[in-house]
Amino acid sequence: MFERILLRNVDTIGSEKIDVYLASGGYQALRRALTECKPADLIEMVQKSGLRGRGGAGFPAGVKWGFMPKSPDVTKYVCINADEGEPGTFKDRELMEKDPHQVIEGTIIASYAVDAHRAFVYIRGEFFTSVKRLIKAIADAYERGFLGKDILGSGFDLDLSVHRGAGAYICGEETALLESLEGKRGEPRKKPPYPAQVGLFRQPTLVHNVETLCNVPHIVNRGAEWYANIGTPKSTGPKIFCVSGHVNRPGNYELPLGTPLREIIHDYAGGPKNGKPIKAIIPGGSSTPMLTPAQIDTPMDFESLIAAGSMLGTGAIIVIGEGTCMVDVARRTARFFAHESCGYCTPCRVGTHHMRDILQRIEEGGGEAGDIELLEKLCDGMQGRTFCPLGDAAVAPMRSSLQLFRTEYEQHILEKKCPAA
Amino acid sequence: MPVRTKLPEDPAKRSMLLTALYIAQEQYGHLSKEAIERVAQRLGVLPKEVYSTASFYTLYNTERPARYHIQVCEGLSCHLNDGAESLVDHIRCKLKLKEEQARTEDGRFSLETVQCLAACDTAPNIRINDELYGQMTPEKTAALLEKLMKE
Repeated sequence: MFERILLRNVDTIGSEKIDVYLASGGYQALRRALTECKPADLIEMVQKSGLRGRGGAGFPAGVKWGFMPKSPDVTKYVCINADEGEPGTFKDRELMEKDPHQVIEGTIIASYAVDAHRAFVYIRGEFFTSVKRLIKAIADAYERGFLGKDILGSGFDLDLSVHRGAGAYICGEETALLESLEGKRGEPRKKPPYPAQVGLFRQPTLVHNVETLCNVPHIVNRGAEWYANIGTPKSTGPKIFCVSGHVNRPGNYELPLGTPLREIIHDYAGGPKNGKPIKAIIPGGSSTPMLTPAQIDTPMDFESLIAAGSMLGTGAIIVIGEGTCMVDVARRTARFFAHESCGYCTPCRVGTHHMRDILQRIEEGGGEAGDIELLEKLCDGMQGRTFCPLGDAAVAPMRSSLQLFRTEYEQHILEKKCPAA
Repeated sequence: MPVRTKLPEDPAKRSMLLTALYIAQEQYGHLSKEAIERVAQRLGVLPKEVYSTASFYTLYNTERPARYHIQVCEGLSCHLNDGAESLVDHIRCKLKLKEEQARTEDGRFSLETVQCLAACDTAPNIRINDELYGQMTPEKTAALLEKLMKE
């Protein structure tokens, strides 16, 4: 049984309180970082650990830290991306609700490493409990001298505040998040320049997902080598897998990267609901291509999932059982992306809505010959042609659905019936 | 009519816009024209800019919400666990809402479907005002609505 690292405190009563966190060894990593390490040591440590971003892209965290300019004359910022919205994902919410100080400690260490004195949590507007707990936790951290001026007598200053988003999935994209934090419409910016060069208020900014930052205190406490030994050589460390859909025990399961999908679904999530055979598995949230039941032995790490034709994404596993209409699943996903398209660029604005409407028509029995080809053409017109990754995110599940369940689409269109019904 | 030029923008003030909109929404009940104008004035931004930003986000209401605003998650995990539309149907029936009608006659309840609420472990989910309710069944939903109707 894997010893939980990121979720180790969540079952303790009052885990969100500072005294409970301190009693479990909390803020010791911060003390060590500030007193024993130089910023450059910490950057090297995180690079050696192999930690990669947990928000979906999997970019090496240490490399990102290294991109931040070193000059003390440049104002730098740190942003915590807590705008968790990828359908199927519910890990950051648990981390913030149950262990907010772990997030804060990771943020302070990261800010020290990149010489930032101002950090922001950008949190999804709907997360009321998380907002309340983070605000309380930040106030307590200030009171104990972990935030503010001259933290633990080190001479390092840091201010941290919480900013609520207001309901827009696109604000989870880092440049849209920065726009929103500046009080604007959350429309993505052109990349490059990347936020590490030109970020919040045009200053270099380090943006990290909540789960990514939660790893940092443990790397400082137990060393880069210990961390790099968890998982696979290229995908190191623990990962929180959010399992939902047709399983008996949905929930967050923290396991080493590279754990086979079968083990996560059968041993941890209690297997398929009501023993119904599995029809398809979404491995990393709604924007990742589906896997077939034959691929259930795929190890859950960045490389293996790409080899399997999908992506690790946020690690949100949605299990779809036999008897589910796959056209309806696609329609639902398309509806999500149409709703969340910000409208800034044409291929995404028009493409996502068109996709949703075609699927809606097929599902309602109005499908026509040529609809499948039309959907494929639509995917071609969107893929790689939208301003930000949201367009590609809408295309990936659509393509995999057409590939894996083409006959089901044909039955809907030609025979006007749903084989799952 | 004089030509209005864009006001010089203070980035620190402008960055408070989302927060200011939340405060105004709470004070005015919803983002009325008056509320928008007041936020604009306080932050030194044109009202149209404030409205443009507010309209981008779903948590800002330009109309006064009902006392109980019910949101039903239509995400995939909620759908797979018998939530989403089938819960919407139950709620519509219970509140005697006709097709396409989003608000009860007495204005006490309003209903909408929303995207993933990031609580798929307790699917199916609904939210009423700021409170999340997980593992909802038709029976549990009916009991909850009855309780609220009596209040």
